Amino acid sequence: MSEAVKKIVTPISIEYTITPGAAPTKFLRGIKEGRLLGQRCPKCSKVYLPPRGSCTVCAVPTVEEVEVSDQGTVTTFCVVNIPFYGQVQEIPYVCAAVVLDGADLPCFGVVQEIAVEEVRMGLRVQAVWVAPEERGYTLENIKYFKPSGQADAPFESYREHL
Amino acid sequence: MAEEQEPLEILSARHVVEYPYTRSVGAVIGRFLGGLKDKKIEGSLTPSGRVLVPPSEYDPESGASISDFVEVGEAGVVTTWCWVAEPLAKHPFDRPFAWALIRLDGADTALLHAVDAGDSSRMATGMRVKVRWRQQRSGAIGDIECFEAENLGSQDGEIV
Amino acid sequence: MRDIALVSFAQAPSVRREQIHNEVEILMPVVAEAVRRCGIDRRDIGFTCSGSSDYLAGLPFSFVTALDGVGAWPPIEESHVEMDGAWALYEAFVRLQHGDVDSALVFGFGKSSVGPLREVLSLQLDPYYVAPLWPDSISLAALQARALLDSGEYGEADFAAVAVRSRRDAKSNPNAQLSGDFAVAELLESDYIASPLRRHDCAPISDGACAAILASGDLARQLCERPAWIRGIDHRIDTINIGDRNLCDSASAKLASEKSGAAADKIEMAELCAPFTHQELILRRAMGLGDEVRINPSGGALAANPVMASGLIRIVELAARIQSGEIDRGLAHATQGPCLQQNLVCVLEGE
Repeated sequence: MSEAVKKIVTPISIEYTITPGAAPTKFLRGIKEGRLLGQRCPKCSKVYLPPRGSCTVCAVPTVEEVEVSDQGTVTTFCVVNIPFYGQVQEIPYVCAAVVLDGADLPCFGVVQEIAVEEVRMGLRVQAVWVAPEERGYTLENIKYFKPSGQADAPFESYREHL
Repeated sequence: MAEEQEPLEILSARHVVEYPYTRSVGAVIGRFLGGLKDKKIEGSLTPSGRVLVPPSEYDPESGASISDFVEVGEAGVVTTWCWVAEPLAKHPFDRPFAWALIRLDGADTALLHAVDAGDSSRMATGMRVKVRWRQQRSGAIGDIECFEAENLGSQDGEIV
Repeated sequence: MRDIALVSFAQAPSVRREQIHNEVEILMPVVAEAVRRCGIDRRDIGFTCSGSSDYLAGLPFSFVTALDGVGAWPPIEESHVEMDGAWALYEAFVRLQHGDVDSALVFGFGKSSVGPLREVLSLQLDPYYVAPLWPDSISLAALQARALLDSGEYGEADFAAVAVRSRRDAKSNPNAQLSGDFAVAELLESDYIASPLRRHDCAPISDGACAAILASGDLARQLCERPAWIRGIDHRIDTINIGDRNLCDSASAKLASEKSGAAADKIEMAELCAPFTHQELILRRAMGLGDEVRINPSGGALAANPVMASGLIRIVELAARIQSGEIDRGLAHATQGPCLQQNLVCVLEGE
């Protein structure tokens, strides 16, 4: 009798051509120009950034475009100490949720130009952009966030965004 | 399908999804695939005496588990087929070929595989075909490179 | 059993390629329209179930993102099937039988255009013996079509006649993608894609979405003048091994039809989800639908086939004809898997 096979490798690879949708397309066009374009819900007035074209709470389309600041507040963060496949940052580094001024949902980014142990909730930060000629339709246009030098934001100002 | 030209104002991106699945095959499929490596085709024998090729772990009629195997022939009959004039990228051939269901001699069910026939005029339901084995076999369904007409007479199966 | 009906529904018109809007943006107005049409407050909907495929979208957990289009706040009771939305409707029907909730939202959606659909559908095949060879969906259907031709009961002109009728009927369906007047002889002159199937034998590649609201008993009567009552619903499956099936027949469709009670009274109309012309012929015979039954007045899947919504659309098209009073009783069908592997039958009646 032949030796039985125990495992087979059946790789699959499928190539898609994806389109981001109407709202994300506007956002990606903006970020290529160094602008952060969110959308406001007509019912609850929350500003989504990046926008998905809908308010998930009110179940209505969002159409009104709102430009959001590239400065914001660290609402929460973690210190990454373990290496993993595909990592681009040197460890340890800080990954933070940043609620940009004018937006109602935090976005995620790396905080640099500050010692890891000094990063804190309420820290005011500012986006560091890649050079205009290197920008594409991607969130990677923001290299990282750095401290803006402003006084820390009071907890009350961002408690709703945690 | 014909691809349409996209208007310039639409953003789009190529997006490749890959999964390198490794699957445990179990005793029944593992025995069948191990046999292919040695150019041997085995089917499973159901309690009512049907021979299933490719084999399954259970009897489709009763659900009973199956552990008996029977060797079947490496030639058989095409029960149905279709002709692919323009193969897709992932198809086993980049030249026109047939997909066919093939009932091997001694089997009661049919196996799906490709038939390298050169031209659709050489395909017919009921025709006899035989295995063309791959030179490098790894214990997978692809160890059967394809099927070819049994009456070709040439060892390597090349169609002139 | 509780009486459950379709009280409202909506569809996105099927298109070959929706480039501007993503799945959520396609879905949101469809769900909103279904909710608006029956006047239910979306927060009063007791259960939500969707059908879609991550492989189709090319995005893992795309069904979670889709909930953005539904309004999932306050948190809703929700479920998902990696199946056509018709199976989401089945789950919602069963859920409503529990008796503690009275309404449900079901939807199915998909953009078949973003990936190579014929290859994507290979991922539903047996992963040991079949999928590694990458036989595509049209080729597998062509094996079935050949078997049917070999049986001597039908010819390629019979296949083409199904396409001609479907495209003609689709002229009055605003959501259809393929419509028009064609002649059998003209269609038979075209090339094969995978012989014996020609382009007209295959459903188009479609992007689209469909949503429906189900309600029980009195709530259904309150929300809708003439609810389309689900009088029977059943789904059955054949073996995944197409080499161990009689491809000219559909044992699972026959059984699902029997168990749904379709034969208990006259069926005036049937909406059959047949993505290939020959499959309509197989289904009609398996379910015993004679010439007196009006088949696919919407044009069927051959006129628009947004995968994962196409079966639910069949149910909704039938429900529309019951609600309008055009018919009193009909049957809708959905399918999934290669060569009609899995089949769902839903019998709808007016009051």
